[in-house]
Amino acid sequence: MPERLLLTGNHAAAYGAMLSRAEVISAYPITPQTMIVELLSELTASGKLDATFITVESEHSAMAACVGASAAGSRTYTATSGQGLALMHEMLHWAVGARLPVVLTNVSRAMAPGWSIWSDQTDILSQRDIGWMMLFAESVQEAQDFVIWSYKVAEQVYLPAMVGMDAFILSHTAEPLIVHDQSAVDAYLPKFQPIYDLDPAEPRAYGGLVNRDHYFELRYKIFEAMERAGRLLVEAGEEFGETLGRRYTPLEEYLLDDADYVIVSAGALTSNVRQAVREARRNGIKVGLLRLVAFRPFPFAAMRRVLAGRKKVAVLDRNMGPGHSGIFAAEIRSAMYGMPDAPPIFGYVVGLGGRDVRVDTVADVLYDLITREEPELALFVGVKGLAIGPVRTHLEVRR
Amino acid sequence: MIELRFHGRGGQGAVVASKTLAQAAFRTGRYVQSYPDYGVERRGAPVVAFARIAEEGDDTFVRQDIREPDHLLILDATLLATAAPLAGLRPGGWVVVNSPDPPDRLGIDSIFRVATVDASRIALDHGLGSAAQPVVNTAILGAFVRATGIVTLEDLLAAIEHEVPVKGAENRAAAQEAYDHVVLGVAV
Repeated sequence: MPERLLLTGNHAAAYGAMLSRAEVISAYPITPQTMIVELLSELTASGKLDATFITVESEHSAMAACVGASAAGSRTYTATSGQGLALMHEMLHWAVGARLPVVLTNVSRAMAPGWSIWSDQTDILSQRDIGWMMLFAESVQEAQDFVIWSYKVAEQVYLPAMVGMDAFILSHTAEPLIVHDQSAVDAYLPKFQPIYDLDPAEPRAYGGLVNRDHYFELRYKIFEAMERAGRLLVEAGEEFGETLGRRYTPLEEYLLDDADYVIVSAGALTSNVRQAVREARRNGIKVGLLRLVAFRPFPFAAMRRVLAGRKKVAVLDRNMGPGHSGIFAAEIRSAMYGMPDAPPIFGYVVGLGGRDVRVDTVADVLYDLITREEPELALFVGVKGLAIGPVRTHLEVRR
Repeated sequence: MIELRFHGRGGQGAVVASKTLAQAAFRTGRYVQSYPDYGVERRGAPVVAFARIAEEGDDTFVRQDIREPDHLLILDATLLATAAPLAGLRPGGWVVVNSPDPPDRLGIDSIFRVATVDASRIALDHGLGSAAQPVVNTAILGAFVRATGIVTLEDLLAAIEHEVPVKGAENRAAAQEAYDHVVLGVAV
């Protein structure tokens, strides 16, 4: 029987790795992720999880160890955060190029300096173009379940996946969690059996020089695999519902049927958006929520279908790319390009460095969205001394 | 949605107290959240933790700082002088304080309800912590549960058994004693 426990997001992520029967775990501690690897280290030491735990001296080495273990055919897991993910960067490319389905939980933390340990998605989004699948959890339950869902797809397409979870808002918050039955997870996620693995009995060369005749094709295959991952995420999300009782989808739609206005968000702040949308609905405002669950592969077609013909769209970004805008807003604008009934996209940057994004904050954004005539690239919400207002730059976009 | 804030000092167990109370309500099937206000933790420095407990029929669901708590648990009465733990407390809310003094001696505004319990003495009598730093979290929870009735004593004791890693019997006895001896500033 599934068990109902009161656990933090960090411990839920560790349970996700345990239920997935991760065989090799290598990680380096960093706040606010440390509880994940602490628990996994305890679980392996006690024998509750039959895995090898490799301690290392840095995140770069952690990912290097994951690359080696995955190449040898092991289901491999790691977790990191902020600066740790940045230090891993080179090896993140290696996992993709070598086509290794490593799964990583990133507890999203603001980049330093100034030093901050609080929530901000710029760390994970800085790894956008490597070729890792990227999912964003909204709850402690999803911090666990998305690890399992990730393996299911990653191992079919031979690409790694990272699950983003907000620092403290999920990582250190205890809330009810359904821990699935191990046999049900086993039925959903069979043992990892790669086509090739490192085996001294059957020697092959890995990671060698690829000349100009071959590299391009290898890259094309990565692109093609990511497209396949998009379809498989949908299938595997439905199968998750059938086998484990919770259906997941790359793009979650909430109260959108008749919505003139749409608020797009990702991660834990979505809970407050959902609450704000419900309250606005009680006041007769036709607004809905679109949650970006999968960011890579980007749910391009579904996004276009859902947003076509809407009056206005607000995108909430707990991240930003200086010189452009919030990163989700930029991507969604790009996805809408060329559509005859594309809605205007209003970009709102919120909650950097863990600044509280409240239900009232979302209500303020909704009011601004309804009353503002022209979209702006990036409107900053909650910066001291600055009302929500246009940050006018030469990059301004107008309809 | 009942929102609670815990004020203590590093080492007193405020974070565990928040999780334990949430666990007590969770056992009865209610939705709960428990989380610490993390900064840089140091033994003896002020620590704040929070809990949310859903009431029946309330489907509010939020993830934001608790700015206007319904009730407060103060694990160290000296915090009343140094910090501003009463900030945002809703009128009529309980302030449950670890103090040997009666509730009307603490100088807390009468728009709030005050309860006191000598949780430090109770903790030490049950061998919890040291004289320099008694671990008062389970005692303060016993007093809080008696004052507010948010969960039953039985659910609290079961939650302590589940959440408190050491000295389970002693911690349950401390909670029971605080429940029995808390001084309520107003009739419940």
